[in-house]
Amino acid sequence: MKTSNSEVSVQANAREARVKADRPAETKANNIFQLDGEDIPFRPGQTIMQAATHHGTYIPHLCWHPDFSAHGSCKLCTVKVNGRFGSSCTIAAQPGLDVENRTAELDDKRRTLLQMLFVEGNHFCPSCEKSGNCALQATAYELNMMSPHFDMFYPDRPVDASHPDILLDFNRCIMCALCVAASRDVDGKNIFYMGGRGLLGRRVHISSESGKLADTDFAVTDRAASICPVGVILPKRKGFAVPIGQRTYDLAPISKQVRDTTP
Amino acid sequence: MSDTDMIDAVVERHHRDGARLMQILRETQEQLGWLSPSTLTAIAEAIAWPRAMVEGTADFYSFFHTRPMGRYRVLWSDNITDRMLGNTDLMQAMCKKLWLEPGRVSEDGLVSVDTTSCTGMCDQGPAVLVNYRAITRMTPARVGEMVGLIRSEMPVAEWPAEWFSVDDNIRRKDMLLAHDLVPGQALAAALERGPEKMLAEIRDARLRGRGGAGFSTGQKWETCRNAEGNGSNAAHYVVCNADEGEPGTFKDRVLLTSHADLVFEGMSIAGLVVGAKKGLLYLRGEYRYLLEALESALATRRAAKLLGKNILDTDFEFDIEIHLGAGAYICGEESALIESLEGKPGRPRIRPPFPVTHGYLDQPTTVNNVETLAASCLIAAHGSAWYAQHGTEKSTGSKILSVSGDCERSGIYEYPYGVTVRQVLEDCGASDCQAVQISGPSGICVAEGEFDRRIAFEDIPTAGAFMVFDETRDMFEVARNFAHFFAHESCGFCTPCRVGTTLVRNLMDKIARQHGSPYDIDELFKLHRLMQGASHCGLGNSACNPIFDTLNKFRPAYEHRLMSLDYEPAFDLDAALSQARQMTGRDDAAAHLQNEAEA
Repeated sequence: MKTSNSEVSVQANAREARVKADRPAETKANNIFQLDGEDIPFRPGQTIMQAATHHGTYIPHLCWHPDFSAHGSCKLCTVKVNGRFGSSCTIAAQPGLDVENRTAELDDKRRTLLQMLFVEGNHFCPSCEKSGNCALQATAYELNMMSPHFDMFYPDRPVDASHPDILLDFNRCIMCALCVAASRDVDGKNIFYMGGRGLLGRRVHISSESGKLADTDFAVTDRAASICPVGVILPKRKGFAVPIGQRTYDLAPISKQVRDTTP
Repeated sequence: MSDTDMIDAVVERHHRDGARLMQILRETQEQLGWLSPSTLTAIAEAIAWPRAMVEGTADFYSFFHTRPMGRYRVLWSDNITDRMLGNTDLMQAMCKKLWLEPGRVSEDGLVSVDTTSCTGMCDQGPAVLVNYRAITRMTPARVGEMVGLIRSEMPVAEWPAEWFSVDDNIRRKDMLLAHDLVPGQALAAALERGPEKMLAEIRDARLRGRGGAGFSTGQKWETCRNAEGNGSNAAHYVVCNADEGEPGTFKDRVLLTSHADLVFEGMSIAGLVVGAKKGLLYLRGEYRYLLEALESALATRRAAKLLGKNILDTDFEFDIEIHLGAGAYICGEESALIESLEGKPGRPRIRPPFPVTHGYLDQPTTVNNVETLAASCLIAAHGSAWYAQHGTEKSTGSKILSVSGDCERSGIYEYPYGVTVRQVLEDCGASDCQAVQISGPSGICVAEGEFDRRIAFEDIPTAGAFMVFDETRDMFEVARNFAHFFAHESCGFCTPCRVGTTLVRNLMDKIARQHGSPYDIDELFKLHRLMQGASHCGLGNSACNPIFDTLNKFRPAYEHRLMSLDYEPAFDLDAALSQARQMTGRDDAAAHLQNEAEA
């Protein structure tokens, strides 16, 4: 059936009125929005992602981390807010929002985004030290990604083994920029920065003339050394300390391990 | 002067201000040829920025080189209109004469030849940039002469002057291009009214942004005016968006060439309304050749008390700075443009907050298109009632179109809003028209049968590009050119656009090689749906528009290329053997595998 624009807006108004009737007092005590039909309370100023995480509800994401301001680049956290697509890590929570999260449509899109991330880098899970602790891999399992689907790009991304304590394997980089944020906001060192343009150009720059990590004051105790959600930044001389099968996401799927580190 | 002294002098001239990094990098590169690792270190130290940030800016923009690119850098504008004028053959001929592969620097470090996104010379192509100076109307003879000049290492400044001539090609004038204002007239009228009444006039004139989106200029100025500045450097800013990067658009080039005063005056009026003392004009790097003339126009205005302190003997203070871009289409997006103004890679910001409250240096900033600002002068001088008589109810005033492609008279056409596509086609002498791409690759493709549609925000909104394709043109190749453009210009920030634009480009190339199947068409639609909803900014959201439009309107152009109408493997067995054939020097029948689909 075809509906004209005016009919649609009449229907929308009626829906709005119903929503308002259900929750008459939209006061501060009533800071609640709907996520897949579930009531999510929030504090003013929180994003949809922050509120959902605090509540223990999983919205798939890779570049977002509760300790840092949103980067908004991976787009895995794309939700539908009152019918419109948007990144839940950057959209402010508001009373009465109707947010779709784990619908077939959205998870389909997320699966494609994951496949894009897998083919643009060089990800070989079986040989990766991060396997089982990797957010990319865990999210792919969560979303039933069965294959990379697209042709692999096999980019040429050199490894940086110059630092005595840390190995950088950029083959696995997903451009989340969490290392940039950690080095800047916590360590106060500004060792990493996202540069370049486009698919082949985009990369993490290291703040030294040689471009090598050894020529910076990076330390294994830096927050940036432990922030990488995938297997780019790895400590040297420490491999497979926890056996495969007993690692973080071996024990429970990523969606069941929603942890909010903010107070 | 040593390199270090030279870098010091440049950085000093820009007050060691990191926000001026783009200008520092450009001026340094103009003297040293490229930005070496030690140059970047020196600049980073001088402006006290982390080195990785400086490198991040340097390797984001197409016109900055962190590797030597030769003493002569020839860049062929590669818009579809340049292609239609034969740029591919000309560039090939040039490379052949120079014994050069596109994109590579010659062994002796003399020259490199490559393509670049549309340089805004579509009405006088094929165009090139040589060391970032625009040259129009390339011909086989000119290619030969140019190769000679490069070989003999003749400085570009001494090349034949007529090569650098850029014509306005104004074919139809209306209220804006036919204005009779003298410098200062509109500004005096605005000052007499005062900021509130001037704002009311803009609002009553119902002026809307000419960059294509059509946001109400009055509302933008009002929000900016009402926003409070932030922190200790509280201020308001006016930014003129002259990053005219949409392929097929060149009207801002003409406005800045022949009506620069009107643009500067519009910026001043905006400054008066929003309460800004400083305006910034962001000029695309491709228009580098306009810089000196624009600077001198600014100097003339300062001398005439139209800029600076006590403008026209009032207490209004306003001045304008010009920032040059360096080859990045994405900087046309207003928040990316502001990032670039601050010396950073042009990456669109997370919005909200919007620039009107948190823009340049986190201060309230109004970003307006060149043409919008020029139009504001007409409203200041003649009033809103006069202005709103022109155009349509929802689109008042006029629109300047950049017409190029298959027509007898390409160039600049100004019409009151509401003109039909058919009328424009008639006026420019386009017979046999198959389709028009309006507002560039991110706009819409209009096919025959839709030519009675109107140029207006309520029907076909446009930034100005109007590319005409006659019956002989292959609309698939048009869309493929645009797919390459978006893959080249994606900033790489968000996953869907960074990877999606390249996947789309590869699919289009696969279909062009006649290895596609209906499966690939479905894939294109799937990527379109993903990128349209999930991308961070307008580039990714609209990157598949030309493919979506041409697939819907010119499907046979795709289908006749499909190898089979059912299944086609992604893996080409025979092609995979090509290296082995090359190594063994064989090309007989037994050295070939038949692909399944051909079997």
